[in-house]
Amino acid sequence: MNFTNFGKYILLLKAVFRKPEKGKIYLKAIFQQMDFIGVGSLGLISIIATFIGAVMTLQIAFQLVSDFIPKTVIGSVTRDSSILELSPTISAIVLAGKIGSAISSEIGTMRVTEQIDALEIMGINSPGYLILPKILAGVTMVPLLVIFAMVLSISGGYIGGTLSGAVSPAEYIQGITTDFNPYTITVSLVKAFVFGFIITSVPAYEGFYVKGGALEVAQASTRAVVISCIAILACDYIVTGLLL
Amino acid sequence: MIEIKDIHKSFGDNEVLKGISGKFEEGVTNLIIGGSGSGKTTLLKCMIGLHHPEIGTVEYDGREFTKMTFEERIEIRKEIGMLFQGSALFDSMTVEENIMFPLNMFTDQPRSEKLDRVNFCLERVNLEGKNKLYPAELSGGMKKRVGIARAIAMNPKYLFCDEPNSGLDPKTSIVIDELIKELTEEYKTTTIVVTHDMNSVMGIGDYIMFLHEGKKFWEGSNKEIAHTDIQELNDFVFASRFMKAAKEKF
Repeated sequence: MNFTNFGKYILLLKAVFRKPEKGKIYLKAIFQQMDFIGVGSLGLISIIATFIGAVMTLQIAFQLVSDFIPKTVIGSVTRDSSILELSPTISAIVLAGKIGSAISSEIGTMRVTEQIDALEIMGINSPGYLILPKILAGVTMVPLLVIFAMVLSISGGYIGGTLSGAVSPAEYIQGITTDFNPYTITVSLVKAFVFGFIITSVPAYEGFYVKGGALEVAQASTRAVVISCIAILACDYIVTGLLL
Repeated sequence: MIEIKDIHKSFGDNEVLKGISGKFEEGVTNLIIGGSGSGKTTLLKCMIGLHHPEIGTVEYDGREFTKMTFEERIEIRKEIGMLFQGSALFDSMTVEENIMFPLNMFTDQPRSEKLDRVNFCLERVNLEGKNKLYPAELSGGMKKRVGIARAIAMNPKYLFCDEPNSGLDPKTSIVIDELIKELTEEYKTTTIVVTHDMNSVMGIGDYIMFLHEGKKFWEGSNKEIAHTDIQELNDFVFASRFMKAAKEKF
């Protein structure tokens, strides 16, 4: 995103946060988007989080071969990695692909078929009507999905570790309950909030300014996912640097 | 009445509109015609604020639209109905929801009243009972009629139609043209139709503005257009063999 695009993005956000014409209609749209972003992504997030937790446990067990390191460390490393990094970041990147491309294509198609012009002509603030519910749903549902992913990732670690015999159930449980710092949850939720904003606002921007036809909508959708992923990783570094 | 004065609009180095002025009266069907690339859709978009002209003004009954704030423009836009070239119906909504959408946004009427209005508008465009269909289930002509129904839902003072006949068969085109004319006369709207369809020009053109290469070349009525000696206009009007033959016959 060059500076011109960044400026346009900020101006679009300014229009997005104008006072809504009718709160009731926006509220209905927010719930619809919450259902799409949150409930609609539960299955995908469940599968990914569980397998990541299981694989991570196996890899940590594989690398910790010294007799001087207790096996309970496997549980605590899995817990901290899941909470701090893997659950928010991997979930956000997966959601950028699923939600981001859908948002960009939906708004882009509305642009090329003049549906956004129709909203404007009716006197409706189209950025607000189309984008605000998506952003609000994103910043509320992505943190909830991340909490869900944390639980499943740690549970996946338990299942993977104990089934393979890499760690005993008692050692794993002891590991995940020892020296737990609740602040890691706060850091993770801050990340999830920021990622939720990126996942919804960047694709909405790409879709909103599409010019052309079906090909350009597809290109905007690809661009939205790529830029969102890069922005997620950059913000991941910034938030981690600031909060830890 | 809508008045435009000295409208200039460029896209990069390409000057599309080169100082166009004109008056569009209420209760009559005003047509903007011209060949492809002559600037008619750009002019329409400048009038409704989707494009911003570099020079020139647009006045809605004396209210200068081009200098209005965002909030003031929204108030004017509540008085505007528009039929888009591709109908621009919201795909995710049924016919009923599409027509009810502006009513939901800007009125506090109970649902029963809004439903009555929707049914009235659908009846007006001869689509009674099609409330629950989605745009994907409609033919091109039906989509246009739903577009008109949505455009008149809020009782607009100003009605804009961008290529209302594009992609329609001649019979359906006439139905749409007649509907636009009837609504204009019935509700005394200021109606502006952008078209290059000669049937529309001859059928409903009370006032016609002919654009050529971004300039206003001619204005008059459908009765006068056949008798003009302006070469560019004749080339446009009598481009088809049918129109040429008709001119030679009469």
